[in-house]
Amino acid sequence: MRKAFDPFLPVLGVIGLIALWYLAVWIRIVDPVLLPSPTDTFQAMYKGLAGGRLGFDFVKTVERTILATVIAAAIAIPLGVFLGASERLYRSVEFVVDFFRSTPASAMFPLFLVLFGVGNETKISVAAFGAALVILFNVAYGVMNARKTRLLAAKVMGASRLQVLTGVVLLESMPQTFIGLRNGVSLALVIIVVAEMFIGSTDGLGHRVFEAQQLFNMPDMYAAIFAAGALGYGLNLLFLVVERHFVHWSGK
Amino acid sequence: MADGAVLTRIETGGVPGSAPPATASHVTVRGLTKRFGTASIYERFDLDIPRGMLVSVFGPNGCGKSTLINIIAGLIPPDAGEILFDGKPLHEIKFGYVFQNYREALFPWLRSVDNIEYPLKLLKIPKAQRRARVEQLVNHLGVKIDIKRYPYEMSGGQQQLISIMRALVVEPEILFLDEPFSALDYEMTLFMREQLQRIFMETGTTTVLVSHDLEEAVYLADRILLLSRGPAQIADYVRFDTARPRTDTTLSDNAFIATKAHCLEVFQREVRKG
Repeated sequence: MRKAFDPFLPVLGVIGLIALWYLAVWIRIVDPVLLPSPTDTFQAMYKGLAGGRLGFDFVKTVERTILATVIAAAIAIPLGVFLGASERLYRSVEFVVDFFRSTPASAMFPLFLVLFGVGNETKISVAAFGAALVILFNVAYGVMNARKTRLLAAKVMGASRLQVLTGVVLLESMPQTFIGLRNGVSLALVIIVVAEMFIGSTDGLGHRVFEAQQLFNMPDMYAAIFAAGALGYGLNLLFLVVERHFVHWSGK
Repeated sequence: MADGAVLTRIETGGVPGSAPPATASHVTVRGLTKRFGTASIYERFDLDIPRGMLVSVFGPNGCGKSTLINIIAGLIPPDAGEILFDGKPLHEIKFGYVFQNYREALFPWLRSVDNIEYPLKLLKIPKAQRRARVEQLVNHLGVKIDIKRYPYEMSGGQQQLISIMRALVVEPEILFLDEPFSALDYEMTLFMREQLQRIFMETGTTTVLVSHDLEEAVYLADRILLLSRGPAQIADYVRFDTARPRTDTTLSDNAFIATKAHCLEVFQREVRKG
């Protein structure tokens, strides 16, 4: 009986949060202008997503985030395999990678603005830059940490260096690559949303949040925030599902 | 005394009369030298491995048991010396190698059947033929496990059995096993000994088994190679001729007990030297 209820445990937190929210609105602990009721917020969200501006902005942000991640992966995965294949090579660039990985990507906006102007390219390229470093670092470590016994096993059966690389090393690094992709897409979303707020944007979830705040339209603002949250959660979940399918052996 | 209880020091090339049919040397190791840093593991080491026999390698910790088969199987390059298989170098023969750590030696992204096929794929054998070869091997060995499953869905013993089949599928001239059962629990180890004995009886492949368990080393072997501490020398090369299949009762045979006691004596003498 207790066990049967377990899958519904996560719902408890959601119900609890909404109940607290209703309570806060009801006892007017916060100015009602600043904190609209859950009902108003979800209505705004429904209207916005069903054919309203919010839906359009949502799609824009999804497009940018996916594009940035795809570009990042296309550059970082081959480069990570190349660098990781030789530990000494990776050690020689490790400091540079770690340095820029630790640099807040938002600090790079001015530089990219100079390079690409105030268009879509800047947002996507900054996000791709941030995501690429995260993916690169994970892929390189995945390759470097490939189980030595497994490489030896392939070698002892007569596999050439190329066959070991494509048939063993690449697959060995897959679990770590997916960790990089998941972190990369999350970071790309963060950067895209920030960029949409401040870099001459006319659309995107960041723009929606910012504009609603400027107009003091709080239900719309909360709706956009929740939409961004749902997007982040959804992207993470998507990569997890893809990972479970393609990297079924991960952690086993 | 039971037949085959005679303990004979096998001189290279010399074959005593009462033994099974005369066996030519299959593998010849001459002048093998290997150093790790300043430690000398092998110094002008000579060894002959007779054809169609199961040779167990046993010796004190760190004497280089695994190093020996790793060098013979080409996993570690020797500093000097020559290793020939019927006069041919390693790259001209087919051989199989089974690692102690089956979990890391198998490919978890492949189903067990594809793991077994992998070396055939490297030999560019077409899919249909590969399937047929694996099926033939499964039937030949009487293996009763579902090879469509992934290795991580199997028990440790089953995974090691898959490893052994992967080594056997190329019909190797020689099979190397590096402490293949030491990661398994006792029950599974006993089961796997029987599997290995059956495989050996079925295929008659020259087999070199590194073991850290003297009982296992003697029980499975035709010859027990006892090594001394580094630089390793042949402390003794003991024969154990009890007919196969050997069973639980073999373990209480006089021949078995006498051979094991002799090996233990040599082993302890070598341990004390170090």
